[in-house]
Amino acid sequence: MATPDATNSSLLSTLPAEPDLNPFAGVDFAELETSLRRPRTLINILLTWLVAGMTLLALIPLFSVVWMLLWRGGRKLSLALFTQLPPAPLEQGGGFGNAIVGTLIIVALAALISIPLGILSAVFMAQAPPGSRLASVVRFAAKVLTGFPSILAGVFAYGAVVLTTGGYSAIAGAVAVSILMLPTITLTAEDAIRMVPAKMKEAAIGMGATRTQTVTMVLLPTAFPGILTGIMLAIARAAGETAPLLFTALFSNYWLISNHHLNLMQPTASLAVLIYNFAGMPFQNQVEMAWAAALVMVLMVLITNLIGQSLSRRQIQS
Amino acid sequence: MPVTIETKEHPQDGKPRGDAGRKATNDNVVIDCHIKELYYGTFKAVRDTAIPVKKNAITAFIGPSGCGKSTVLRCLNRMNDLVRGFRFEGHVHFRGRDIYHPSVDAVAVRRFIGMVFQQPNPFATSIYNNVAFGLRLNNFKGDRHAKVEEALKRAALWEEVKDKLHNSGLSLSGGQQQRLCIARAIATEPEVLLMDEPCSALDPIATRKVEELMLELKTRFTIAIVTHNLHQAQRVSDVTGFLYVDTTQGGRTGYLVEFGESKQLFEDPKEKHTKEYIRGEFS
Repeated sequence: MATPDATNSSLLSTLPAEPDLNPFAGVDFAELETSLRRPRTLINILLTWLVAGMTLLALIPLFSVVWMLLWRGGRKLSLALFTQLPPAPLEQGGGFGNAIVGTLIIVALAALISIPLGILSAVFMAQAPPGSRLASVVRFAAKVLTGFPSILAGVFAYGAVVLTTGGYSAIAGAVAVSILMLPTITLTAEDAIRMVPAKMKEAAIGMGATRTQTVTMVLLPTAFPGILTGIMLAIARAAGETAPLLFTALFSNYWLISNHHLNLMQPTASLAVLIYNFAGMPFQNQVEMAWAAALVMVLMVLITNLIGQSLSRRQIQS
Repeated sequence: MPVTIETKEHPQDGKPRGDAGRKATNDNVVIDCHIKELYYGTFKAVRDTAIPVKKNAITAFIGPSGCGKSTVLRCLNRMNDLVRGFRFEGHVHFRGRDIYHPSVDAVAVRRFIGMVFQQPNPFATSIYNNVAFGLRLNNFKGDRHAKVEEALKRAALWEEVKDKLHNSGLSLSGGQQQRLCIARAIATEPEVLLMDEPCSALDPIATRKVEELMLELKTRFTIAIVTHNLHQAQRVSDVTGFLYVDTTQGGRTGYLVEFGESKQLFEDPKEKHTKEYIRGEFS
């Protein structure tokens, strides 16, 4: 390309009218076309296929699990599963209504413990002056807690609740699960609060809002969709936890309500522990029931997430 | 914060106006601000700036970037308290009371002296809730709807939003958002409205609307405005203070060069720096 350019310019210096005629002189348009002969194009195609292939590979486990659940658990789905108690060995029929209720109660109680605690500590971390030692210690602790082995949370709740109250209970299970929910809620809520534009905070303070009013009337409502996402993630994780419940809520073949009285201080069934117990049994009815319980659990998490999404969408629109 | 002697003489019983002292002759000065020295950490940002803000008038602060005019404005309702390392010597008297006196609550000050910011900053909630925000803060018991409507009408926004009060404030255009912020600020009827370059993010048409609005609002409120736009200061303000940067003592310290009636300051400035700045002969 250099030679024609050079000749051009030397010509142009003698003929001043020439340069405006073809402003694209010296541009080789063949350069702009894609061609398989160029390495750039080849690498592009190769990487595209690589990424697509990896994505498919990563999706295989997810879809195979969902397919197996639908295939093996779907057959067993019936109303009786939701209303009846677990069957004894060799008994036909039965259900796991008490385990569904138990999981709902344990997760709800755990959420009651971890949501206020998590959001309040997130507010503290987000509002503490930059460079605050205490805030960075709390943040570090929360990060350590995200990788906390779930069985240790169970051991902790066993020591702290089961031994002190004298028995396995839904409360003990909830305490164990809440420890696992706490870091997810705290860290995502902190991020969500930090994402609120500084100018909104400034606006509130400029209006004469106190710190409390700024947090409750501006920061938390604005960060709500993000906080909710964290809560949903935590709930999804909590619903499937088995190990911490083995030490704390144990299992039960009976309803939590007896004589019209709800007792949370007794061993409580949960879907996760039911799957764990039944999957290893040599009886076909129990094994099928474990598959059905797994499907129900996945659907419960899915429904919770859908509700959460529509809630946060409504918040954004309003 | 050093406390001036005059302040100590004022009664601290929560009455907004002290009767004693030197401001008896200057009755219509709502905010009397005198900054001797103002620091951010060790950086001396402003020195020797005294500006009286008069009732039902528009006081403009002009000057080159970095001259501290926004800093001075933010002193008037203690927004600088949020900045770490902020420290100042001097006084800011609001109706005769020193708002930096230890017994004064900064939050309460901001309810009397509202603020409109450079970037429109509505909350991520409905138009209605944005305007009602201040009413909620103050636990306003009366007719909230009437107040919201009144504020939006005064901010010349009512006609444009009356059918979509429950849409998000963020769905409005920039100019509308700024008028929404003005409506939000005046809904609680503050005495003074501080405006920190309120039009710098707006197009000329929106700017014109906000300027008309300011002239309208000054009959009820007292306004202090920081602006980069000399024409804007000339169009809307009654009195103008010109601040300039002093680089002679190391660092960049802003100070008040000239203060006076806008007409006089723009047509016949007394100081050399003012003359140069207004004519655009500026390095």
